[in-house]
Amino acid sequence: MWSNPQFKQFYQATIGTLVLVAAWQIASFFFPHYLFPPVQAILARTVSILINWPELKQVLETAARIFAGLTGAFLLGCLVALVIGRSPKIESYITPLLVFLQGIPALSWVIIAIIWFHGTEFRIFFIMVITTLPAFTFQILDAYRSMSKDLFEMTMSFRPSARILFRVLIVPTIVPGILTAWKVNLGNAARVVVVAELVGATGGVGYELLRQQQLFDMAGALAWTIQLVLFVLVVQQVIVMVERWLLRYRPVSERAS
Amino acid sequence: MSEAPFIRFTEVTKVFSRPDGKGTFAAVERLSFDIAKGEVVAVLGKTGCGKSTMFNLLAGLIEPTSGAVNIAGHAPFDEFNHFRGKIGIVFQNDRLMPWRTALDNVMLGLQILDKDPKESEEIARRWLARLGLSGHENDYPHALSGGMRQRVSIARAFAVEPEILMCDEPFSSLDEMTARDLRAEFLRLVKQDGKTAVFITHHINEAMDVGDRVLVFHRPARIAYEARMDGDARNAGREAIQAEILKVLSLEAPVAHP
Repeated sequence: MWSNPQFKQFYQATIGTLVLVAAWQIASFFFPHYLFPPVQAILARTVSILINWPELKQVLETAARIFAGLTGAFLLGCLVALVIGRSPKIESYITPLLVFLQGIPALSWVIIAIIWFHGTEFRIFFIMVITTLPAFTFQILDAYRSMSKDLFEMTMSFRPSARILFRVLIVPTIVPGILTAWKVNLGNAARVVVVAELVGATGGVGYELLRQQQLFDMAGALAWTIQLVLFVLVVQQVIVMVERWLLRYRPVSERAS
Repeated sequence: MSEAPFIRFTEVTKVFSRPDGKGTFAAVERLSFDIAKGEVVAVLGKTGCGKSTMFNLLAGLIEPTSGAVNIAGHAPFDEFNHFRGKIGIVFQNDRLMPWRTALDNVMLGLQILDKDPKESEEIARRWLARLGLSGHENDYPHALSGGMRQRVSIARAFAVEPEILMCDEPFSSLDEMTARDLRAEFLRLVKQDGKTAVFITHHINEAMDVGDRVLVFHRPARIAYEARMDGDARNAGREAIQAEILKVLSLEAPVAHP
């Protein structure tokens, strides 16, 4: 059982979580419950959100916003990365722009989006895309550039069309980079969406967090936060499973486990 | 009237910029030679003599600075797509795609040529079997030995049934026994199918075993010696040719890297 790396990983993560939960529970004995509510109260609120459709709908709304934003940024990022990759001259124009975008805080984009756009959904979509676009672009560009010159020359010796070259060489080359980009950006997107909903939405986890703050309900705030963490963990796990399947060709050293 | 050559290099020069950006150097200078259809030509020379540049010019991967490369009346660089499926290359390293199984790697060229997938699979299986790799169709490259990987790359080149085979020191990274076996297999396949082949090597014996003709290059890629390996050349005359090649190669100073 211990030789199974997945079990070992799960065991270690569980131990870490239990230590945190125990510390919180101890704190709840010594502090007022509006600051440190007991673990069972937080759990009860968490479960209640999951089994109560109107509340679960809010979680799913946030999840849909994250997916929509990430998909938009991913598609745009792929396009920009491939354009830069194919034409290095364009890079000197686009890269400074992306670096500049990367330096703008998410909260500034929230304010800008509120001033620029009327529709709530489009505002959030815009914020999600603009904040995750640079990371997607740079990661996909890096993956594209790591393409082996040997494999490129070998493939070109068969004289493929651009479409076939893309399918047989470029896509498999950038897949590992794409998966890493999704894993990294998922966490970022979850944080940004909360900020965007907190300020500019009338639904979703961010909006619910704002309500809990107004009600001074710590158990509620934590329960809504846990929903988002659970969502990120589940999606991360799905990505890891997809990654394991897609990259199954990679040799694994016995030392690695 | 003699038949027009199948491959012709006419006064070909290829100049590259130096890596430090200071000036240029010629890797190939006014190189001229002909190769007849069905002929196997071994090109021999020291490291850095321009063999690989000549190889890339012939494959159409780089453009000549001056002069003309011609294969059956067409320029491989300018008419790049004309040569789809007509040139098969076996590289020094196997260059297998790590994400493809052995079978999928052999199918690559056929896929690029838009062949029917079922037919492609049959062809690929047949070639793997011919090269002694039955049972390894679903293995990924990392699970194969160096020799097996190079067999897959040979199968990949042959599977598209090219008119011209180009090999850039294909067995140099293998142990002597594996290299000898693969060389014999390679020659059998080339002769059986009557292919025109250009075989680059830096081993004198390999060049003499493989080539109908041996070209010895001096830097920057020009022919310093030429020997036809027919008739007596493979037997009694072999030693004399070998000695001459050694002499020609030893006349060249060691390469000073640009």
